[in-house]
Amino acid sequence: MFVLILSFALVAALLPGVASLLGRRVFYVAALVPTGAFIWGVWAYSQIATTGPLIEQAAWVPQLGLTLGLRFDGFAFLMLSLVAGIGVLVFVYAGSYFHTEPIIGRFAATLLLFAGSMLGLVLSDNLLALFMFWELTSITSYLLISIEDNKAAARTGALQALLMTGMGGLAMLGGFVLLGEAADTYSMAELLARPPSGSVVNVALLLVLIGAFTKSAQVPFHSWLPRAMNAPTPVSSYLHSATMVTAGVYLVARFTPAFAEYSLWRPLVITFGLTTMLLGAYRSLRQHDLKLLLAYGTISQLGLMMLLFGVGTKESIFAGCTLLLAHGIFKAALFMLVGIIDHQTHTRDLRVLGGLHTQWPVVAVTAGIVAASMAGIPPLFGFLAKEEALAALGETGFAWGALVLLGVVVGSSLTVAYSARFVWGAFGPRQVTMIRDQDYVGNEAVGEQAPKPSNMFLAPVFVLAALTVVFGVLPWLVDPMIARAYESLVGKSTDHHLALWHGFGQALALSAVAIGAGCALFWRRKRIEELQESMPRVPSAQRGYDRTVKGLLEVADAVTGFVQHGSLPIYLGVILLTMIVLPGVPLLRDSVMPDLWFADSPMQVVVGFIMVVCACAAAVARRRFAAVILVGAVGYGMAALFVMQGAPDLAITQLLIETLGVAVFVLAFRHLPADFVRPKLRGSQVARIAVAALAGLFIFGFTLFAIGARTEPSISGEYLDKAYSEGGGHNVVNVIVVDFRGFDTMGEIVMLAVAALGVAAIVRAKRAPTTAEAESSATEVEV
Amino acid sequence: MSVLSALIVAVLFAVGVYLLLQRTLSRIILGLALMGHSANLLLMVVGGRAGKAPIIGAFGPNDTVADPLPQALALTAIVISFGIIAFLLALAYRSWVLTENDEVEDDLEDARIAQLGEAEMRRWWRRSE
Repeated sequence: MFVLILSFALVAALLPGVASLLGRRVFYVAALVPTGAFIWGVWAYSQIATTGPLIEQAAWVPQLGLTLGLRFDGFAFLMLSLVAGIGVLVFVYAGSYFHTEPIIGRFAATLLLFAGSMLGLVLSDNLLALFMFWELTSITSYLLISIEDNKAAARTGALQALLMTGMGGLAMLGGFVLLGEAADTYSMAELLARPPSGSVVNVALLLVLIGAFTKSAQVPFHSWLPRAMNAPTPVSSYLHSATMVTAGVYLVARFTPAFAEYSLWRPLVITFGLTTMLLGAYRSLRQHDLKLLLAYGTISQLGLMMLLFGVGTKESIFAGCTLLLAHGIFKAALFMLVGIIDHQTHTRDLRVLGGLHTQWPVVAVTAGIVAASMAGIPPLFGFLAKEEALAALGETGFAWGALVLLGVVVGSSLTVAYSARFVWGAFGPRQVTMIRDQDYVGNEAVGEQAPKPSNMFLAPVFVLAALTVVFGVLPWLVDPMIARAYESLVGKSTDHHLALWHGFGQALALSAVAIGAGCALFWRRKRIEELQESMPRVPSAQRGYDRTVKGLLEVADAVTGFVQHGSLPIYLGVILLTMIVLPGVPLLRDSVMPDLWFADSPMQVVVGFIMVVCACAAAVARRRFAAVILVGAVGYGMAALFVMQGAPDLAITQLLIETLGVAVFVLAFRHLPADFVRPKLRGSQVARIAVAALAGLFIFGFTLFAIGARTEPSISGEYLDKAYSEGGGHNVVNVIVVDFRGFDTMGEIVMLAVAALGVAAIVRAKRAPTTAEAESSATEVEV
Repeated sequence: MSVLSALIVAVLFAVGVYLLLQRTLSRIILGLALMGHSANLLLMVVGGRAGKAPIIGAFGPNDTVADPLPQALALTAIVISFGIIAFLLALAYRSWVLTENDEVEDDLEDARIAQLGEAEMRRWWRRSE
């Protein structure tokens, strides 16, 4: 399995190079990888019937006890067949969708990277590995949405998707860590087998749910998904309908059997799921852009899946698995159809499209079939899934079961309505009367002159349409796969079977009601639209996001403006005060006083007095050279102190350096005005003196403390002993500098060389030419 | 140990800080030089008592010997502070070449950010009223 996931990344690394040779055929090369993954999946699926889940482990960070565990079970196979199966079709589709744009190499590589990450996500057993792949899908999604990086809408849409799913991902990581620590394992299988308990777990589950809800675009975190529709259609079809957005559903599906009985889990998931289903479907009825219509439809379907897994009864989990597969198939196909229409007619607006049913009758029929599957019309696979859902919700046995069921029936009728709206809008006659704005001039329907799409372009859609029919009519083909997925979630096998005909019952009746009501909604669509227009708008989540981002930037501006206003003395003052206060407080609290006496010798008093006087005079000197000479005098005083301390080498060095230093000062200052500029404000002068006095006090205390803090004798005894025998010199300080600590000295020399180079470069640099000079020299060149 | 040494260290440092907080580049550099002196003296004072020079043959078996290690460190530090000061002086010279003085102006970019921030603050106040 590791090899499988790595092969995606490896081939992805090669693709951009190959793309220049192959052109758009690069997509067919890329399609080989998910094909291989799918074949491996089928082989592994045949294995797990006898051996149980396949497990692979590799040491990740052994020091922290982290193992990267992968686990392949029935539910992983269900997800893998979506990721790899639809992946193959999307790559084939992308081969016709793109021309020979320069981006295709990058696009194919990123799409393949995404497929690998998604595969890793569904195969991960380790929670942290799962998080890593989760974030990788967010990042690749960001790159894919913004692949046409010259479009502003694509960039902002990509950023919004990244920010929202990234935020959720971080919350989820927090939840994972809390869960992992509570259960003392980061293996998902072990965690779910022995779920931990306690109030921490409630918090952890809440965080995990935030991650799942943002990733699966649940209200109110859904606004990124419609914005992500700025991506090329293969991306929408793959990431934003069939695979990535189901990651949150996947997580809830995994967690529900273990955590459904927790107080928060079920009410939260059901509430969010149902709200999302209804709001998404309602908003979908208002869209004119076919892609946005489908996007809101996806949000609605994700809500239903979330709800089904959240309810967590055996039947509802079974129904959830069925819907996951059915939705992947029909929604990917519908997005591909929109891409084809967009590609051939250059519009996705259902108000101007028209006449495509006579132009492309086969495509129109296919679209009708796939949309009917979404609407839950028999005998298609979508109908089976919807039947399972209605049946499962009819027999939950919960007090609020009827309410949820009613909500889902309403949602289903809205689904029927927007499915019909999709087909009618895309392929029916042009609905001129519906146009309100003046974006489109002219009366002819756009579709009438559209060129026919190639067979290769249509092939993936036909395959998916065929699947949705075949699985509907012959449910026993997929039944074992769904049963196996169910079994790996719940831990028990089931005798429940998918069937097209369950006999007359509540579910069938409700299906009929939903379809009837949906048709009625579609029939009266004009009235409904007017009604929607007249309704007060629901506070839009998009506006919430925009406000949040704008507010964040404003706060950042205000804070930056407050702390960073450009005055060097104030910056330095703040840094110095921090230096004084932070170590100063503990210094006051536990200081150790050494033995004290006033001075070592009378000579020290004299020298010290001169130094202090000179330093203070340098501080108040108004003449530049006077200040330089006074600082120089302090330096010579240093040399005298070094002599008294017993450091002749230091004294000599100090004398040399000080002499040199004064010379350099004089050289640098000779052009500058003789007097310093007088400081303008009295008040700031007081503040400077205060900071300086505090710094002096602090250093005074620090010096006393540092002397008193010594507990061990100096390590220099060894230096004294070995200086002659090993260093070959009498002067121990010399031996230390050039021998024992020779590397220090080398660093010092390098630093001096760098400083010298810098000085030379700065001093020799010419004055920047004024504008007039620059112009005159430019004309000279032209002459 | 002698309070006087600590006092010298503290005064040099305080004066250094005072000069560092000025707006004239040459005073800032002088301040850095004083702070460098203060730090070197601190190394010496903290390193141990005064004693005979650590030169083999210059002290007898019963003499107190000054600790050579802080001396070696201070030696390096003296040279490095000289390098830094030479570099800063070159910058001051450059500043004179370009602007005819050595005042450190407020950073223009930062000042603009500050204006933006203040405008943002004012807008908040108005909104909250």
